[in-house]
Amino acid sequence: MRPTAPHPRRSPLRLLLTAALAITAPGALTACGTGSGSDPDTVEVSYKQSTDNQIRVLDTFLADVKKQFEKANPGKKVKLVPIKAPDSEYYTKVQQMLRSPKTAPDLVYEDTFLINSDITSGYLKPLDDYLAGWKDWDQFIDTAKTAAKAEDGKTYGIPDGTDTRGLWFDKGIFEKAGLPADWQPKTWADILTAARTIKDKVPDVIPLNVYTGKPAGEAATMQGFEMLLYGTEDATAAGASDPLYDEKSKKWKAGTKGFKDALTFVETVYKEELGPEVSDALDPNISTRVRGELLPEGKLGINLDGSWLPQDWLPGSGHEWPDWSEKLGLAHMPTQNGQSPGKVSMSGGWTWAIPDKAANPDLAFKFIETMQTKANAQKWYIANSGIAVRKDVAEDPVYAEAQPGIKFFTDLVSSTHYRPAYPAYPKVSTAIQEAMESVTTGDASVSEAAENYDEELKAATDNQVIEE
Amino acid sequence: MKRPTRPASGPSPHPVLRSLTRALPLTPATVLLLLFLAGPIAYCAYIAFTDLQLTGQAEDSFIGFENFRTAFGDEAFLNAVWLTLVFTVISALIGQNTLGLALAALMQRASKPVRTLVGGIVVTAWVLPEVVAGFLLYAFFRREGTLNAVLDWLHLPTQNWLYTLPILAVSFANVWRGTAFSMLVYSAALNEIPKEITEAAEVDGAGGWRRLWHITLPMIRRSIGTNLMLITLQTLSVFGLIWVMTRGGPSGKSQTLPLFMYEEAFQKSMIGYGTAVALLLLVVGSLFSVIYLRLLRTEV
Repeated sequence: MRPTAPHPRRSPLRLLLTAALAITAPGALTACGTGSGSDPDTVEVSYKQSTDNQIRVLDTFLADVKKQFEKANPGKKVKLVPIKAPDSEYYTKVQQMLRSPKTAPDLVYEDTFLINSDITSGYLKPLDDYLAGWKDWDQFIDTAKTAAKAEDGKTYGIPDGTDTRGLWFDKGIFEKAGLPADWQPKTWADILTAARTIKDKVPDVIPLNVYTGKPAGEAATMQGFEMLLYGTEDATAAGASDPLYDEKSKKWKAGTKGFKDALTFVETVYKEELGPEVSDALDPNISTRVRGELLPEGKLGINLDGSWLPQDWLPGSGHEWPDWSEKLGLAHMPTQNGQSPGKVSMSGGWTWAIPDKAANPDLAFKFIETMQTKANAQKWYIANSGIAVRKDVAEDPVYAEAQPGIKFFTDLVSSTHYRPAYPAYPKVSTAIQEAMESVTTGDASVSEAAENYDEELKAATDNQVIEE
Repeated sequence: MKRPTRPASGPSPHPVLRSLTRALPLTPATVLLLLFLAGPIAYCAYIAFTDLQLTGQAEDSFIGFENFRTAFGDEAFLNAVWLTLVFTVISALIGQNTLGLALAALMQRASKPVRTLVGGIVVTAWVLPEVVAGFLLYAFFRREGTLNAVLDWLHLPTQNWLYTLPILAVSFANVWRGTAFSMLVYSAALNEIPKEITEAAEVDGAGGWRRLWHITLPMIRRSIGTNLMLITLQTLSVFGLIWVMTRGGPSGKSQTLPLFMYEEAFQKSMIGYGTAVALLLLVVGSLFSVIYLRLLRTEV
């Protein structure tokens, strides 16, 4: 036996340290943030504040609703808790807040991109009991109602509008290229033909922008890849379910022809140099540049992008462009070969949800009701260039005429798709971006990229994959 | 087993009591350290062995070394380790270190106004927030950036540096930003060298290079070691600069470990895996530290 060396002098100090660790370590893990919910008369509302100080659309709107709410409910208070962060950091912050009853707000603004993930984590409360007694819910269109519906069939969030996507094109460039001002492609080939014509006749502009690769993030997946994928033969055939996810077997689809077709389109755009230079396309700031620079300066022929672009060109935004609607035309994205239903759009958007650990859920739902009266909803859609998900607002001429383009993008709602935003989706989306990036740079062929995607998909979804 | 106890009476108080009294003033500091440093670190070490996710998971569980196994089987991780080493060697060991020493040495001989001016410029780069520096260098390297404007004016070929040579571009950015620190350390060290020694060597006919090799470098050896250790640890954890300039792209060609970690933990929400990578980064850092400490120990 080895004799133990006694350390009579050090042991008390060590004891002190150990004791301090034992006492304080758990404290360090939980003692963050301030307690909320102690006041049953205050509803705490967390939302995303723009990182651009000039953009205060949501803040202004919520301050207005707060005033209405406090007036209609004497003795009740609303505490607005803005979180100033870019999208991905906002999600992280909110998820950390939702983990503990001490930090969970009563109402939280959730992106449909991640809501299913948060539902699976048990962060949110099902709203079905509230919805049963809320007349206005009938005014929401059916596709929007499913935006925050989980796999368990319950609804966890109230959408406050949505977005759709389509083709923006520069009428000036089209005129120089001899293309019609009321351009409407019927197939993918029509788009490529127009782009080739522009490349030929107006050589100093970028013919066509399709977001691609990891730097563009979800914009590459949603504005780029999925706008193609959801229009392939695979996706539009009779009885076809979602092209990424099979609802019946609850598995992700690998090895589909549609996936390769969509990748081939991306490859063609960049191989034939119809898109931005590859190094520009893979610049993290590409989407800001498209909105702020390329389109307003007339350097981009066709842009596959979202309905919210005019938000950046409104008065007070810092880069006003009042006559954009005279310079730009709009066309819906066609299906691959023009097959029925002829057009494609993707939708996302944000919802208001009540955290599972909220202290005042009843009051929080009351706040949603105030926020979602027809008048308030309409005010909000117009203020943020949003697309209505309420039938009564969509039919209101005041809304439809508030901005050029609103009618075009609202009509796309009938043929739009929501992403299979299940918990694995963010990882699947990254895998799609990687596949796009490798065909964009030419590092991989379409079939190699598709194979890599299948591998990544297996890892990302814990092997919940079906091969076609 | 019972330890023999000393008699209570005597010249000195009971050792336990004495230690406690001595430890008492340290207690607040110790508690704070434990609270804000050891606690989170211990928690992180624990998380690295779980499959904890930020979202998308009802319950997490303990999975042992699985995260580490995943990391070593993950090409993207190995790529990040390699790039981290390249980035550290180019920008810290070679760039910041030698440039800092050169600047410090040149400034020893420069006139006071020149010294103030150069020192001011270099230190400005250092005090700029990382993200601001990142944007400045993004503007310098991008296609329509300053560098290409200069090259174009000289009729030299231009290219998008952030796309063609991303790891070199971010390394250069880190040299630009961090050289001031080494310069300050070496300025202080060079000032400590007694003038008589250098003068004596000069009288003996030693040229500039010989004086540098046989006198200056050995005399500032400790400063070199300290400086290398500090700038290495700083460089290993550079995040904002690279994030702003390239986001680790294109195709992961500038994705160092901190960026890889961020992507796994917060974009793919794999907190457990991301934390395991953070621990491995800690290991890389301590390996470097051990090497420097050994270098420091050898006497000349």
